[in-house]
Formats: sequence, structure tokens, C-alpha cells
Amino acid sequence: MRISLRVWRQKGPSSPGALAVYDVPDISPDMSFLEMLDIVNERLATDGEEPIAFDHDCREGICGSCGLMINGQAHGPQQGTATCQLHMRKFNDGDTIVVEPWRATAFPVIKDLVVDRSAFDAIVSAGGFISIATGSAPEANLIPVPYPAAESAMDAAACIGCGACVAACPNSAAQLFTSAKIAHLNLLPQGQPERWTRVETMVDTMEEFFGSCTNHGECEAACPKKISIDFIALMNRDYMLAKFKNRSLMGQR
Amino acid sequence: MQFNAKVPDGPIADKWNTHRFNMKLVAPTNKRQFKVIVVGTGLAGASAAATMAEAGYQVTALTYHDSPRRAHSIAAQGGINAAKNYQNDGDSIHRLFYDTVKGGDYRSREANVYRLAEASVEIIDQCVAQGVPFAREYGGLLDNRSFGGVQVARTFYARGQTGQQLLLGAYQSMMRQVGLGTIDLHTQTEVLDVVVVDGRAVGVVARNLISGEVQSFSGHAVVLATGGYSNVFYLSTMAKKSNATAIWRAHKKGAAFANPCFTQIHPTCIPASDEFQSKLTLMSESLRNDGRIWVPKKSGDKRPANEIPEEERDYYLERIYPSFGNLVPRDVASRAAQRMMDQELGVGPLHNGVYLDFRDAIGRLGADTIESRYGNLFEMYERITDENPYQLPMRIYPAPHYTMGGLWVDYNLMTTVPGLYAIGEANFSDHGANRLGASALMQGLADGYFVLPYTIGDYLADYLNTEALATDHPAFADAEAGVAGDVERLLSINGTRSADWFHRELGKIMIEHCGMSRSAEGLEKALSEIPALRAEFESDLRVLGEEDSLNQSLENAGRVADYFELAELMCRDALDREESCGGHFRVEHQTEEGEAVRRDAEFAFVSAWEYGEEPTRHAEPLSFENVKLAQRSYK
Repeated sequence: MRISLRVWRQKGPSSPGALAVYDVPDISPDMSFLEMLDIVNERLATDGEEPIAFDHDCREGICGSCGLMINGQAHGPQQGTATCQLHMRKFNDGDTIVVEPWRATAFPVIKDLVVDRSAFDAIVSAGGFISIATGSAPEANLIPVPYPAAESAMDAAACIGCGACVAACPNSAAQLFTSAKIAHLNLLPQGQPERWTRVETMVDTMEEFFGSCTNHGECEAACPKKISIDFIALMNRDYMLAKFKNRSLMGQR
Repeated sequence: MQFNAKVPDGPIADKWNTHRFNMKLVAPTNKRQFKVIVVGTGLAGASAAATMAEAGYQVTALTYHDSPRRAHSIAAQGGINAAKNYQNDGDSIHRLFYDTVKGGDYRSREANVYRLAEASVEIIDQCVAQGVPFAREYGGLLDNRSFGGVQVARTFYARGQTGQQLLLGAYQSMMRQVGLGTIDLHTQTEVLDVVVVDGRAVGVVARNLISGEVQSFSGHAVVLATGGYSNVFYLSTMAKKSNATAIWRAHKKGAAFANPCFTQIHPTCIPASDEFQSKLTLMSESLRNDGRIWVPKKSGDKRPANEIPEEERDYYLERIYPSFGNLVPRDVASRAAQRMMDQELGVGPLHNGVYLDFRDAIGRLGADTIESRYGNLFEMYERITDENPYQLPMRIYPAPHYTMGGLWVDYNLMTTVPGLYAIGEANFSDHGANRLGASALMQGLADGYFVLPYTIGDYLADYLNTEALATDHPAFADAEAGVAGDVERLLSINGTRSADWFHRELGKIMIEHCGMSRSAEGLEKALSEIPALRAEFESDLRVLGEEDSLNQSLENAGRVADYFELAELMCRDALDREESCGGHFRVEHQTEEGEAVRRDAEFAFVSAWEYGEEPTRHAEPLSFENVKLAQRSYK
């Protein structure tokens, strides 16, 4: 295959960026998208031009490092697929492919296609956990979890924290990421003691960095793990309920 | 160099308990005096950082990732073992201990493995309490499945994403402590040297990957939780950034390296499709619960798999190993696949695979059940190969995966440098010559949650009321200058080839001569080829870009430089170990059927290498008092 790449090149956080054009011949359809970029980088290096910086690591679709805006779609054209698992067979010979970093105020560009996603860590740090110090756990099977609850919690917990939801959102909102973590923990019996504080602190922290949700649903479409926007509804419900809950009655059923 | 493993006396079942009582404690109010540096935030690092911070220590956590959650533990698929005996199938701590020692082909330290089996039970409790969404039965209780090398179902799992869920559990506990200010987290920070003063580890020097700034961090103790070194083979199941730099530089500063040749080739990976391949993708071992492995009986059979009738298929694992069948340990399954390949029975366009077939399981259980068990793995397979495994059997092939070797540690997980610890895959201690499936997650978390946080106190207690060394000490300045000098050197070679090119070439040498089977002749060849390639690297490397901004080529070049040295040590160790055991298979030592032949009288020891111009091999003898040494048989 021969493709024409238009890639965002930006030297540093405060430098201006621009799209650079590269002609890329001799690409196999069995290559992954990132392997194609490896080849481009190898060729650039041979010509003495600095390789394109992009984030990647496991290349198995689970670490959440990679994330490219490909022809305006987060992670490219294949549904439910992270960039590293996208293969060139999804493109045609002669295509022009535009590759950009995630675009969001909360994700400033570090260099080329690499952005800073530390705002996600801040949200988790605010409440995305169950406070249980090592050693204090009860016997595991003392806490039965109804099968459908466990499945639903797992659906939410599958989030890889890549940031595609934010990049796809016209408001750069992080509702899908935040709600997935809240739902994972709030759906489980173990998560109940901190349920109301968790939703408040996480949502409030999210709002320090990200835009607001206006129900476009682009996040769900872009999510490589197909996380459902139902979790956003669950988060909003819990957030509202948290404002009314008398926490001192939480021990009662 | 002294190798005192410090294994406590007494019956094996009492050792850890007795040791916990005998160790010195640091009082809760005194813990905050101590600074501990944890390098790496995978299962071992994140769990250790969280647990020590909860206990009151001041923890500095360093990772080269943009977030602790990216560590490669996240990619572990199948599960985590624990001796809960929930399935009422005769499991026990002793059986898990026994299986692990046997699975490791009798090259691990009994006392460490027993402690691991004991901790496994607490790990499940801890992770469930954190909200790890393990698979459950309809009654709401935990489900289990079976893994290779055992005859019980003791593996806990969260779909095909167990590593992800366990890591997120540890990461969340860690981020809670970051929020509370007890962990000082530095992301995008790659440790490039360990600082040793008066024989003690007192800190590390790291490079900020965004700014290029070289920084020092000081502490009362340093913990390396930096994972394994399979990327020395270039193509492996590891993440692209996983590397050996931190443990290698610690080795150069005096930490002995144990059993470097003990590497694991995982039998179920997607075969390489072409030369541009950048990594190999693992398909979880759990697939062997329901998938059957076979090759056509006839060499060069060009028919599609579905058209090959039953009687013309060789289900070779079931045939050779009837009692364990498709669930033999990884080393055994990988070598059996290799033997099929050697007989030119390989399948697929490049004849580099064997079939893993779900036809019978789908017939027995229905596609829905198979989908609920392995849906995400099937999807991943289809994305990569463009073949539908519900209709066609998967093609799989062995690939470098896990490294049992690592820094030598004593029972307290301390290396030969006082104050320097190694946990998780970075150490060598628990898996002997072969790791059983679902045991890596167990070991990482055992070390991080339940072993190191106790044993580190025994060391720190002696330094009560002493300050951590200030980072303006000349030892830090020297180390910083060394790191800056290395960066300068790599950037100034100005040759013609990229680090990646050299890495790929090194990988070819390693997989050919130090991979699934090894011979004296091949290893000697590798030992002459590696230095030659390294010399070329030193004179013809080209790294573009600058040192004071994000420069991924520069990061990679530093890692590749270390792989050269490590690769040589691996080959030396493989040459030195004149026996076959676990993942280390010397063609000179095999039975007529091609099974490994161990030489216990000569080689029942841990090789511990001391760094030097000419490395010195020391030996820690292994004694087996609770498990009888026997030829492993899975027949």
C-alpha cells in the first residue's frame, strides 16, 4: 500500500505546531497502525529528520498509552479498537490519513502526538478507590456479589484510561472516564461505605479540569472498550442523591 | 561476595510466622522518619508503595510512564492463583507450594515459595475488598478456573483482564495515598542509576523524560520493582518500553544477578506475520482449558483446518501427556510445539504456528459460553489476524514472555547491596526455572502487599533517627554526571543506524542461540556475535533529537545499550548451566523423547553473577527438604 500521511508536528508545549506531509510507500495491510508509524520513523531517521513522538507501550489495547486522532476519529475508523490494534487493512491504497494528538484543554500537547493526561490521575486520586489498608480485608467469600452486579462493575472497570472519550467530545468532557470508575466501585457492595463521598469528590475534581457533558454520546462511540454512557446516567443519579443523603443513616438497609 | 539467603530455621510451615516475630519493628510513629524510594508502579511496585505509605513511611514512587496505571502488569490476562480451595478439589497451601516448586523444575528456594503460597490467600481477600471485579458464580461467590501444570482449579480471574483489574486495584490504593500526601509520585521519570554510599543503597538518579533534567532522589532504602527483561529478544510479549535498565545498573553497582538464563517462552502467542512485526501478542493460557492443540499429521497439508478430518489431526499434547493434556506447563507445551515445527508440521502462511481449536468446546458448551469466557481474547485475535476463531482454529506459536531470573534477593527480598530491594519479576526468587500460569500476579502482589512491607522494617530499624543522605552529597553528583555523560555519548556517536535496528539484530541472535533450545556451540557463537554487534552499536548508532526535551529515540538507545551487556550475561549463564531444566533447555541434555534432563547433583543451585570485566559466577546451593526431587512428569 501507499498512503499519504499528514501528521501533527509540535516541538514542545509552547511551540506552534503544524501538519507535516509524508509520502509513505510500501506498507503492508497486515501492519498495525503503530507499526506503520515505526516504519515512517525509521525512514525519517535515515533521512536525518527527528522521528515523530507518539505514546504507545503494550500494543495489545490494554495499557491505554496510545491514542491518536485519525482522520478526526479517536483511535481511527474501527469501533471498539485502540490505535495499537488498528491495522492498515482498514485503509485503502492511496488514502490520505490525518494524524493528530488528542485535542483538549485538559490534555496539553507535550510533543508531536503526545499529550499530558495527568488530570485523569487527579480524578482517581480524589476518590476512585475503596479505602482499605493492606491487611484489614475480611475473607473474600464473606462478601457475595450478585452476578449481574459483578458483571456490570466489570463492564465499567474495563476502562483503559486512554482519553479517547475526552478527545471525541465536543466539550472535552470526561464524564465517561469518571463515571466508569464511579460505577465500577459504586455498583459493588464493597464500594457502598464511600459511595456518596466518592461521587462528589470525583465529579468535583473532574469539573476543575474538563468541560461539561451535553449528551452528545460521541464518547461511547469512540471508546475502545465500548464503555456504555449508561454509566454517566448512574453517576448523575448518584451525584444528585449524594446531595440529599443523610450519611449518618447509611448503616441501615 | 557473600550469599546468605537468611532463610529462617524451623519447619517450613512456621518459617514466615517465626520470622515475622523475630524481625525488628519500626513503631508506627517512627515510620514517618523513613523515606523509601519505589521504582516502578506495576503490581509489585504499586502494592508496595501503597502498603508502605498506609503504614506511615514516606514513599517516593518513580515511573517512566505518564501514569502508574500503564505498567505492563496491566496486560496479564488469565488470572491469579490462590490456595483458597473454594472448589473443594483438594487444594491447600502445601499443594500450591508443591506445584510451584515442581513447576519451576526444582530450581527455586523452598522457603520463599511456601511463603508465596501462604500469602496467596490474603491477596484474594485484599483484592476483593478493594473492589476487584473477579468472576463470580450465580450465588455471588468467587469462581475459579484451571491453569497449566496443576490438577486443581485455583485460578481467580476477571474475564481476560485479570492483570488490569489487579493493577487498577493497587493503583487506586496508591493514588489514594498520593492524594493523602504520603506518596510523592513522579511520572515520566526514568531511573538510570542507583547511588551506593559505604556499601548501602541511599538513592537513585533519574532523568525526567519531558525536560531531560537529571534528578537525584535520596532515601533510607530503595526498592526496584521494574519487571522483567524479555525484551532482550526484541520480539516478545512485553510492552515496548519494558526494559532492564534499572536492574542492570543496580547490578553494575554491586547487586548480584541470579539465573539470567531462566527465561520463559509462552506457548500461546499469535505468530509473527512479517518482518516489520514490533511485538508479539499473547493469548491467555486460560484458552487451553477449552481449546485443543493440534497439527496435521501430514507435513505440508495445505487444506484449510476445517477440512482436515479428525483422524488426520495429531492432538500431540493429549497424545504425549495424557494426564495433563493441553494443560501441561508452559515450557513443556512450548518445546512440544517446537518439535512439531522441526518436523515441518507448522501451519499458517509462514508455517510458524500450531492450531488451538475451539470447535469441540463450542459444540459442547455453545458459542455463547465460549464468548463469555474468552470473548475479548477472540476479538483481539480477530483484530490482529483478520480470522474468526469461532469458525477457524487459532494459530499460535511460542514467544518470549516472562523472565524467572532477576536480581538475587535473600528471604527478605534484599539484594546483595544492603538497603536495595528487588520485588516482583525484577527478582529471581520464586519461580525457579519455569513459572506456572497465574503465578506472576500472585508473586508481584505477595512481595508488594505482604512481604516487603514487613521485611523492610527489619533493615530500617537500625537507622532510626538518621537523616536520609542529602542529594548534594558528592556520590549523587558523580552519579548525575555519569548519567549525563551517557546521554551525551549516545547523542554524539552520530552514525547511521537506529537503536531499534541494533535491537532487532540483537534479538535475532538471542532467539536463535539463547531461546527455546540452547547448545554450547550456539551459545559460544552468540558470545562472539554480541560483542561484535555491540562494537558496531558504539560506533554506528544514530540518535536524533535533543537531550532537553521528550526524545523517545534517546530513551530507547540507553535501554538497548544495557541489553547488549545483559544478553552476554544470559548466554554465559546458559553456557555455564550444563543441564536442562524448565525454560532452560540444553540440547546436550535431553532424553530420547526430547524431554529435559536435570542434573541435580551438579546444578541444584542458584547462579548468582557478580559484575566485573569478567563476570564471576557464585552459587547459592538449593536444598529440598519438603519436596522430593524427581524428574517432572506430566504424562
